[in-house]
Formats: sequence, C-alpha cells, structure tokens
Amino acid sequence: MDDDELKPAVELVDITKAFPGVVANDAISFSLRRGEVHILLGENGAGKSTLISILSGMLTPDAGQIIIDGEPAEIRSPRDALDAGIGTVYQHSLLVPTLTVLDNMMLGTNRSFRLDRVHAQKRMHELTQLLDVEIDPDARVGDLALGQRQQAEIIRALWSSERVLVLDEPTSMLTPQGVQSLGRVMRRLAERGLSVVFITHKLNEAIDFGDRITVLRRGRKVGELEPLQMVGKGVDDLKDEIIALMFGASSAGADANPSGNIEKAEWLDQQPVCFRLVDVEIQGDGPKPILDGITLELRRGEVLGIAGIDGNGQKELAEVIAGQRPLLHGQVYLDDKEIQRLSVAKRQDLGIRYVTDDRHGEGTVGQLSIAINSVIKRIGQRPFWRRTRIRHAVINEFARTMIAEQDVRTPNEKVPIATLSGGNMQKIVVGRELAKGPRVVVYNKPTYGLDVKTMQVVLNQIVEQARRGTTAILISTELDELISASDRIAVMYEGRITGILPSRPGIEAQLGELMTGASA
Amino acid sequence: MTVPLSPAPENDDLDHPRSDKAESRLKRSLTTISVSVLPVVAAIIVGGLLLLVLGRNPFLFYSNVISHGLIGSLGRQESLIRMAPLLLLAAGLMVAFPAGIWNLGGDGQFVLAGVVVAALGPQMAPYTNGWILFPVLFVVAFAVGAAWSIVPGIMKAWLGMNEIITTLMATFLGLRLSALLVKEFFADPSTTVPQTKVLPVKDRLPRIFGTRVNIGLVIGIVAILGVHYMMTRTAFGLRLRIVGMNPAAAVHAGMNMKALTMSIFLISSGLAGMAAAVQIVGVDGVVRAEWNPAFGFTIVPLVFLARFNGPAVIGFVGAFAVLQIGGEWASRQADLPNYFVVVLVALMLLFLAVSEYLQSRSVRAGER
Repeated sequence: MDDDELKPAVELVDITKAFPGVVANDAISFSLRRGEVHILLGENGAGKSTLISILSGMLTPDAGQIIIDGEPAEIRSPRDALDAGIGTVYQHSLLVPTLTVLDNMMLGTNRSFRLDRVHAQKRMHELTQLLDVEIDPDARVGDLALGQRQQAEIIRALWSSERVLVLDEPTSMLTPQGVQSLGRVMRRLAERGLSVVFITHKLNEAIDFGDRITVLRRGRKVGELEPLQMVGKGVDDLKDEIIALMFGASSAGADANPSGNIEKAEWLDQQPVCFRLVDVEIQGDGPKPILDGITLELRRGEVLGIAGIDGNGQKELAEVIAGQRPLLHGQVYLDDKEIQRLSVAKRQDLGIRYVTDDRHGEGTVGQLSIAINSVIKRIGQRPFWRRTRIRHAVINEFARTMIAEQDVRTPNEKVPIATLSGGNMQKIVVGRELAKGPRVVVYNKPTYGLDVKTMQVVLNQIVEQARRGTTAILISTELDELISASDRIAVMYEGRITGILPSRPGIEAQLGELMTGASA
Repeated sequence: MTVPLSPAPENDDLDHPRSDKAESRLKRSLTTISVSVLPVVAAIIVGGLLLLVLGRNPFLFYSNVISHGLIGSLGRQESLIRMAPLLLLAAGLMVAFPAGIWNLGGDGQFVLAGVVVAALGPQMAPYTNGWILFPVLFVVAFAVGAAWSIVPGIMKAWLGMNEIITTLMATFLGLRLSALLVKEFFADPSTTVPQTKVLPVKDRLPRIFGTRVNIGLVIGIVAILGVHYMMTRTAFGLRLRIVGMNPAAAVHAGMNMKALTMSIFLISSGLAGMAAAVQIVGVDGVVRAEWNPAFGFTIVPLVFLARFNGPAVIGFVGAFAVLQIGGEWASRQADLPNYFVVVLVALMLLFLAVSEYLQSRSVRAGER
C-alpha cells in the first residue's frame, strides 16, 4: 500500500453528540481511507447510528470536525453529504416500490426540470458495471428480490458521485448467498478506490469483509484493529479480542450453546403434548396456498425451531397461531381444546403468545410510554385497570419491574418506547409476552437486529423459559441460533414443512437442502 | 378539504399527566399553550392587516367583535347559546380524530337528526312533560345521527373504504334526504313555508338562572368533559387512541378492530345528532327545508387547535362562538360579508400547521 492510499479520504475528529440524558458520541475519531472496507462494530446503542447520521448529514455534531481530503468540511444536510460524495444505504429502504429502478434513481437526483432519462440510463449502466451486478432498470423496485433491491439502494447512494459508501446494517434481511454477493460488491468498490463503511454487529461478517475494524461501546471508541493486526491471528482469537472490546473483557467466550443436551431430550420425552396444529391451510392472493397442510406437535417445554428462507410462510404460521390471521381449514389445539376460532385476546389469556418480528410496526406503539406498551395486550384487565379506569401507578410499577428484570436501558418507564434502541425495545416486547402464565410462545426472528450480547440474552431466555415448561416455537433464518436453542428444527419451504430434524451441531447442510427445496 | 395534520398526533400528555415533575409539566403545558394560542394571535394580526388592506379599521372590527360577542349581555348570551351544539359536535370529533377516523359527516348527521327531532317534538310535546320529552328527543337524535354513519362505518370496518369520502357523501345524501323529509312528510300544513311544526317555546329546554341561555350548554360541557375522561382515563379510550396511532399494533394486541371502528362511528355521529337536538329543542324549535348551519365543518379546525384536549376545546369553542356572534355584527358594521369570520378561522388553521411544523422540527432536532 502506498502513502496516498493510507491518507484518509474522510476523517471525523473528536465528534461529540449528546441527547437529553445520554452522550451518544463522546469525542469519537474515525478515519476512512481510500480503498478500504471499514467496519464499524458495536452493540445497539453504542453510538454507531449517531456517528453515521453525522457523516451522512442527518445530524449535526455538538463538537468535533469533519475533514474531507484534508480540508475541514461542513456537512449540515444529507444534500451536503451527497455533494461531498458520501452516499448512505439506510436500514429502511429509500426506494419507492411502485416505481421502476430508473425512476427511483432520477427521483431527487434529477435537478433539472426535464427528466433526463438518457443520462440516467448511462449512469445506471456505469454503476452496474462498477458493482458488477445486473439489474433491469425498468423493473419495478417492488418486484426485485431483496438482494437486488439492496444493490439498487447502493446504486442510488453512489448516484451523484462515488467516493464513500456507508452501509447501515445491510445484511440483516439477506440470505447467506446475498450476504456473500454483498461482500463481493464491497470488495470491488474498495478495489476501485472507494471507501466503504460497513456497520454491523455480526462478528463473522466483520472479520470476513473488513480491512479495518473500529469498535464503539457506549458512545466511545474503544478500539481499532488495523489490517496488520488482523492478518496474523486466527479467527477465534480475533473474535475473542473483538468481543472483549465490545462488551468488556469478561464476556468473551460466552456460552455458545446454552441448550441441546441429552438430559433435556430425556426429560422432554416424558412431557405431554400440549400444542398441535393439524392440517392448517391458508390461502394467499395467488393460486398457491401460503400455508399448505401444516401439521406439528409440540411437547410441554419443547423448543421447536422453524428454519426457512424468508417468505416461505413462517410469518403467516406465527400469525395463525397468534390468531391474527384466519385459517382456511385445519385445527389448532392447546391441550385438547380447539382454539382456531378464538380471538387474539382469548388466546393471549390462555397463554398463547407471539413475539412479533415487526417490533416497530406492530409490536409497539412508538408514541406511547414503555409502561403502556408493556401492558398493551392487557388493556382493560386487572390489576392495571379497575372498572375500566387506568391505574398508572400499578402499570408503572409493573413496567419498572420488567425494566429491571430484562435489564432495559432507559431513563425511566415513562419515556416513549420509540426512544429505546432496538435491543431494549425487544427486551420489553419479550418481557411482555412472557408475563402472566405463558404456555406456548411463538418467537418470530427474536434476535433480528440485536447485538451479540442481547441476542444471547434473548436466546438464553427462550431456553430458560422452556425448561420451566413453556413451549416455544422459534422462527429464525439464522441456523446457528436455531441449532443452539432448539430441541427439534422443522424446515418450511413454500408453505409446507419439508422436514423435521432433531437439533444438533452439524446438521446445517441437511437443513440447507430442505430450505431450498432440494430434498423436498 | 385538506387539514395538514395527522389525525392522531402524539400527545403523551394524555398518558401520565399526574406523575411527572411539576417543572417539566409546566414547561410542557406552556409549549402546548403557545402552540395553540400563537396561531390564534397570528390569525388575528394577519386578519387585521387584511382589514387594513380592505380599508377597514381593524381595531374597530375586533372591538366590535368583543363588545357584541362577549361584553354585551345579549351577545354574550347568544355566544353561550351557540356554544352548546358546537361543543357536542366537537365531542364527537374528539372521539373520532384521535382514533384516526375522519368523520366529516357531521353536518349530514346533524341536520338529519335535527329534522327528525323537529318533527317528533311538537307531536310529542302536548302529551308529555320535559322529563320524558327531552330524554326521548335526545336519544332519538343520537340514534338518528348514529344511524346515518352505519353505512360509512361498515364500509370502513369491513371493506377498508376511506371514510373521508363516504362520510362526505353521506352528508350530501343526508342533506337532500332532510330537505325531502321536511317538504314531503313533516311539513307544517298551516304555513306555506316548507318547514316543520314549531315546538312551542314553553316546551323547549329550560333556561339557566333567568338568562336566555338554555341547559344545552351544560349538556355540551358535560359531553366534552366526559369524552375527555373517556379518551384519557379509560381502557376504551386508550384502545381508540392506539387504533389511531398504530392500527397494526391494535390488531397485534388483539383488539377487535371492526367493533372499535363501528363504535367510533356510532358515538361520534350520535353526538353530532345530539348537537342538533340541543339546537332545535333549545333554540330554533323548527327546521326549514334546506336548513344547514354547517357547524360540523366549522368545528373541525377548533378541535385540532385544541389538540383534542377537553378543557381547551371548551375554550376554543367559546372563543369561536364569540367570534361568530360578535363577528356577524362587526362584519355588518364594517360592511363586510359574514364570511370574514371563516377567513379568520382558516388563517388560524394555517398558522396551526405552521407552528406544528416548527415544533416537530425542533423536536426532531433533539432526537437521535
């Protein structure tokens, strides 16, 4: 590497940003070289998003400096950032699904009165070449597969000029293949001299894709791993080192396999079957059923993993169990009681719980307090309401207990739940579903978007609850997680169960075959 | 009509008004007040400039408004009388808007209920006394108002159709139907004017302490406070607000959306019907064909200015009644059309949108 390449393209110097009650960025310095993939790693709430928002002009820092090519620069708006060549792909899509890819690109970038389609096509071609991907510019964004949609997002971010690309947790929705091809795209961009900032909390990705890793913790920069430091070590050592940085020394080498032992299997055999689905079918808009003849039997205290690539009926299965979605035919039994006609609220009372994967959308009401959200499924019930009158004191007390038990980081229980980070919000959602006699809990991607530590906390909680007799259905796309937490794993493909395997390490390949329909 | 506001703004004041520290509460209520009062002040100033441009004396105009709508005893009583139906209509909107339901059918519900009450009242009055007559008329008015929202309600709850369209359409149908009823079925044969029989003055709502103000005002205030309590303190009110804030979360939490949606339509429209009863049984005693005071639309901006807060709604409705009553006189004095009052209200709404925008920007600046 020559000197020019080592000179930073963009530097953030002593960036400080405080919000009421928390210093999100405490004098963080971060430099970005040309031609590198720089990983920004940290727990939820560590300050990654804030730092990136400052770089992309969404926020202005309280103190500190941004230096671009050695010159101090002012980035006061997203437009400034784009003008400086800093493009960002956010976690939430900025593309309009009903428009074509090309239309989306011209949206907001076309600064003249007339739409310049010819120029846009040319630019589109350049960028698909640069990324080495193929996207039909005339396809509607809504029709693209997730991986392609993300490539389109990257093209949008690089549209006005290609210098710095910021990717904010881009892999959470991708299949393993999608992640690999994203990795290739990043590498290619780096080879062409761009700087890529890649935000993640997945260690494997950080190590696989990164040239350099900066670790944040509680608003501070706690470490930076240079390329030279990274090559010499084994992957496991590197992981331990990073975990130590992210969480402090003690948590490295945490128990990777909290469940899955022989005792549990023997104990399970003696447990009664308490939850059954029989030949459940629901219809979609198209000719194919969304769920097709699903039959499952779960024992008390069992954790049944549901594996499958996203969109093969897992979410619908969860909604059928919770009662949010009517079924065409089939039965759902709790013990020997048919419950498929019961409302969500009745099932809730009986102990059927659903930890949704959509905690922002349907799981919580952002404007309402943590306290109200913690009882949102029990509105009108004692002891929180008496003769339909709300009792704030009781609800607040309940929420405080939950905050303490789940180790939620928040100033108090009265702040709007939208102010919590994803992990803390998830802890409240999980705590809410586990309150007051859970019998069967459906966890839909419970660790999605969480940092490693919270992930482990949530998984441990699922396993721990199961040991106490709560049956769990764990829907996930992460095989490691399924194998470590489940007793058995069922695989869904195109609305059907293509196989059920006892969970043990080493079955990934088998699961993968079932997931892709190869062995169905 | 487009109102540039979300029907369910965030308002955590509703959730824990007691438990917070006095200091922050004071600060918050100051912000709330300034956000609500500033638009009014701005509208008055701009309205004054408008008057200047038109060659009128703004100070004279406004002092006429005040002296005739508020200070003069007769005008003050008129204002208080006017408040009654407006308050009941506002109470109806305070149920619907926070739940994200745009019931814009208030005028149809109002007029139709008014016609039925005006037809029924004089028929019943000779055979009963007030203890029976008024409750029956109020219940009937509530039922008629509610009934007129059943179709839009079903279309919303089961078919997901936009209630702005359906309730507006229902308003036009209701107005036509009302005119038809008055002309064809309920017309008083003793007069050539197409109108219902007149409810004798002795059979109208009792008045308060020898004033001309009838107890409709009390009913209106009770309705507002009742709805305020319901929305802020009861499980039902919280459910309605959650439906407004995040319908997906309401479904997820097991709320019965169809039943909730229907009850919002019925309560909201029933209150609009009751507003008509107060107007007919308390003041007019008669309905002419083509009668439509259009209170239902006028009240919409006020409910937003007050941010669905009961006491604030009472304040704004009171101020508006003064403006309307005093404004009629002041406009006549200044040789302006009566619509000038509507211009002032429109300006308030405009400035409300501006202050809302400024506030949300300052809030966003404080977030991560």
